[in-house]
Amino acid sequence: MKDAGLASLSINGRPVEVASDPGRRLSDVLREELGLRGTKVGCDAGDCGACTVLLDGAPVCACLTPLGRALGREIATVEGGVAEDLQASFLRHGAAQCGICTPGMLMAASALLTRNARPSRGEVEAALGGVLCRCTGYAKIVDAVMATATAAPALPKAGAAVGARVERLDGRPKVDGSESYGADHVPEGALLVRAVRSPHVAARFALGDIQSWAARHGVQVFTAADIPGENRFSAIPAFADQPALARDRVRMRGEAVAIVAGPPEVVEALDLATFPVDWSEDTGLRDPDSAESAGAPQLHEDRGGNILTRGLVRRGDARAALAGSAHLAEVEVRTSFVEHAYIEPEAGVAWMEGDVLVIRACTQAPVMDRDETAKILALPPERVRIIPAATGGGFGSKLDVSLQPLIGLVALRSGRPARMVYTRRESMASTTKRHPAHMQARAGADATGRITGMVFDGQFDTGAYASWGPTVAVRVPVHASGPYRVPAYDARSRAVHTNNPVAGAFRGFGVPQAAVAQETLFEDLALAAGIDRLAFRRINALKDGDRSVCGQELWGVGIDDCLAALEGPWAQALAEAEAANAQGGRIRRGVGVASCWYGCGNTGLPNPSTVRAGITREGRLRLHQGATDIGQGANTVIAQIFADALGVDLASVELIGPDTALTPDCGKTSASRQTFVTGKAALLAGQALRARLLALANMGDEASIAFENGAVVLREGARSRRIAPAELPLDVLGYALSVEETYDPPTSGLDADGQGVPYAVYGYGAQVAEVAVDLDLGTVKVLRITAAHDVGRAINPALAEGQIEGGIAQGLGMALMEEYIPGRTENLHDYLIPTTGDMPEVRSILVEKPDPEGPLGAKGLGEHVLIPTAPAILNAIRHASGARLTRLPALPHRVRAAIREAAP
Amino acid sequence: MGAYLQPRDLDEALRHLAQGPLTVAAGCTDLFPATERQRLAGDVLDISGLAGLRGVSRHADGWRIGAGTTWSEVIAADLPAGFDMLKAAAREVGSVQIQNAGTLGGNLCNASPAADGVPPLLALGASVELVSASGARVLPLEEFLIGPRRTARRAQELLSAVLVPEAAGASTFRKLGARRYLVISIAMVAARLVLREGRIERAWVAVGACSPVARRLGALEARLVGMGAAEVAGLEPGFLEGVLSPIADVRGSAEYRLGAAEELVRRSVGELMEGRA
Repeated sequence: MKDAGLASLSINGRPVEVASDPGRRLSDVLREELGLRGTKVGCDAGDCGACTVLLDGAPVCACLTPLGRALGREIATVEGGVAEDLQASFLRHGAAQCGICTPGMLMAASALLTRNARPSRGEVEAALGGVLCRCTGYAKIVDAVMATATAAPALPKAGAAVGARVERLDGRPKVDGSESYGADHVPEGALLVRAVRSPHVAARFALGDIQSWAARHGVQVFTAADIPGENRFSAIPAFADQPALARDRVRMRGEAVAIVAGPPEVVEALDLATFPVDWSEDTGLRDPDSAESAGAPQLHEDRGGNILTRGLVRRGDARAALAGSAHLAEVEVRTSFVEHAYIEPEAGVAWMEGDVLVIRACTQAPVMDRDETAKILALPPERVRIIPAATGGGFGSKLDVSLQPLIGLVALRSGRPARMVYTRRESMASTTKRHPAHMQARAGADATGRITGMVFDGQFDTGAYASWGPTVAVRVPVHASGPYRVPAYDARSRAVHTNNPVAGAFRGFGVPQAAVAQETLFEDLALAAGIDRLAFRRINALKDGDRSVCGQELWGVGIDDCLAALEGPWAQALAEAEAANAQGGRIRRGVGVASCWYGCGNTGLPNPSTVRAGITREGRLRLHQGATDIGQGANTVIAQIFADALGVDLASVELIGPDTALTPDCGKTSASRQTFVTGKAALLAGQALRARLLALANMGDEASIAFENGAVVLREGARSRRIAPAELPLDVLGYALSVEETYDPPTSGLDADGQGVPYAVYGYGAQVAEVAVDLDLGTVKVLRITAAHDVGRAINPALAEGQIEGGIAQGLGMALMEEYIPGRTENLHDYLIPTTGDMPEVRSILVEKPDPEGPLGAKGLGEHVLIPTAPAILNAIRHASGARLTRLPALPHRVRAAIREAAP
Repeated sequence: MGAYLQPRDLDEALRHLAQGPLTVAAGCTDLFPATERQRLAGDVLDISGLAGLRGVSRHADGWRIGAGTTWSEVIAADLPAGFDMLKAAAREVGSVQIQNAGTLGGNLCNASPAADGVPPLLALGASVELVSASGARVLPLEEFLIGPRRTARRAQELLSAVLVPEAAGASTFRKLGARRYLVISIAMVAARLVLREGRIERAWVAVGACSPVARRLGALEARLVGMGAAEVAGLEPGFLEGVLSPIADVRGSAEYRLGAAEELVRRSVGELMEGRA
């Protein structure tokens, strides 16, 4: 029985008529019937709070509210329901990174501020506890709610953008609800696409009478047989092995075997369990030990022993060095699958423009999406255009294509726009994860505490398909030494196929796991040597001119600067913990430290970025910025570098792109490379355009440049010269003046022993964690983390702090609560990520030791920030309780068991 | 598509129920997460508009809490210290958003072994009132909750109210989870005590998430009578063994759950004895 006729709602003070069924989710009515897509949907289960709206002033999840219940009541949404000063405060504090949680945060904060204008930090945390954020670590959000009255800083003057706390240039739409993510653009007449996915981890299958099923339901069905091109993809072309649609065999739960397309109301109502497919289930390989055992079935024909790839870095004779060491230590650690848990499930829409297939979806890698989709659909790359939607978090998983080939296929074959929005369960089941690692490591030190050698072996569960498994296998042995001098070294890794989810790229590419083994190992060594744990790390920290385990001579090495910056906080934390513990009781305080290093960009492989800038005939300055900004801030940072290199006011820079039709390739947003690689290309482009203008004006480098009333005005001393772009002929790119500059980091491939120059730039950091451990319950409260990170040059300190706070949140989650279990934790209430109430105070220390290669000395930061967090917390837990955790996450039951083991 | 019924009064709701089975929707905080669809499945009876099912009232023989009372309304209600544990549990239900929508009655009817509301209501000696077109009956909460996701509610009945007799003493609630907000319990304890000269005169203790249905611990309550703070702190390891039957799942091992429940009991009772609740 459908409700007859229209019903009335009041939204943001305006009466609105709706025709939907009263049993529909209010979130769906707001978004799909009323087009109010500022309200976001992250889980449809009340777990993430992104859809928070106010019902008569009280925050509720719109996804849990039937429309019928909202009738006759006042609904406030981000579109008009939020005070301007609160929005401005979010922008000013950098409280929105990707921005997908921002509407929910704003609504929850609005309700609080209405009844309590001056809330305490605790009150804000409690009020926002029901909205998950995966980017920020919450601190800047809480700051923004507590300090709505602070004034906006003045914009930096021309030439002074670098180093300034510039507000995110693309931030306004994130705080007013107008930002358009993958699910927010819906062309007229778009078909809805849903995937039929495997409920089994391994199975053969045969499709039944699809034609009849499709005809009966009035939909179109596409299968592997409809794919015109090469039905296999992978982030790394040489390993392409994953079908867009499986043909007759599935290797993991959630693998798509068919897609269904049709009118949205029809497709949404389909029960896909009735889709005609006969499964013949196999046992499958659930863990890498089984996969490596003799006689195990093989997932891929050409990968013997189910080994995808191996990695090796060897220098000197590590075993001999250990044999002669005064102190020895050994660890064995296991980590779990970790889910990226961005709040935006994969979503996008595809349509045809002439003979060009346009795909607008969330992504971290538009050019890779274009090339892979073109290959699968047998199109030349120039007939595929990727327009990245605003991306509601990525963290590595949105480097791989997901729905792009599927909606592309439907648009190509049907000629109609085709839209797909993953459910939370679908997103978690079918996309990549962080590799579970099983690591064993040994290291030795001499009597003075100098590390003599290290042996590392890591087995990484890479799941059903290759994805970024090879990258993890290569990166881990390069980084497993930590930022320390290790004269003799033997580190091996292998990525092993199983029928588990695909393990791919996740912030750090295996290095966070390796750091857990290495930093807990060095903890043991420091304790064995009887040396203060921070001092031990300083004794061994890499210095300028040292060689890494790859034999690379390093310059601009900032690890000791970071450790030195932590000396004061470390001493204070130890004293506080000691004083607290002297009081007795079953809650014990502890302090831990851990370091990180991380090479920026591809490992020993080219990864260029190209930046274009032009001046239009109307005298507008355009920067074609192709680095996708998934919340980390590339749109702002790249523009800051460019503006200063050109010597103009940041406000005169107009950003174009990313869009594969409009922006040259800036590569993928991955490997902490955008500030370094695209930043350097932007620096070169700014310098080149400046040189062109100076030459035209016949002025020296002291000249200032301004864009005024359609002209470019250069001034040097008393001289002034006006260049009128309208009078210049257009160049091939359609500009009066334009430049295009490419930068590719100078690296070299690694030899058979892993020796070479894998990266041109490294970033460094170290963190001190302070914890309280409940000895009886095994619960851990992280009280404070002091994080010193060497960024070379802080292009935008506010954004850098945001990366640190957000990375620490993910590191804390990995340490204490995050464990993805296929088929069991495919939602955000069984899979836990930190909430406002789980985050400690984070004190950021930005260390600036310039890198000789990086733009203005800058280094990458995005991944570095989470690497030290988990081992620092583990070392703090051990300091507090004696518990040596050998399995992550350190859930209460594991911590309590480890405490009992340490002190039976 | 099913019907979506929004009755204006209880009689109308009961008439609908008498005609055939309906999905009763209160806060919808459990119903919507159970589906990926954009509409609630089947024929739905939305009772959230029934004013008679909301609010807290005082009667000669105790307290009546309408089944449609939200957790936020419980938190805001003027109630004696015996209810502190219920208010504390209410603050731990999901998030503010969930507390603004979710109801006491819905929490009971959903019958999750980890329902936050159940241990405090058990420790309050609560009963539930069930009404149908043919009359009303009252059941002790223990008899209403018969298993995980199973209750004694008949298809034509509505849970209309939770009845609490005189709630003497002070009370407290502890929930253990792997994160601060929006978390499903590993274990939880609700405790209420009447003290006399530093010793326990009467005790009510219930544990959740450690058995198929949350349990009131009668034998422990009897044992606690007469104890002082030191004896409570000294409750021996394993004192709940055989009483509870926790499972191992993603949130914790069975052995851990049992030990944690025991420790939560020691702490909750101990805290009440020291007057720190």
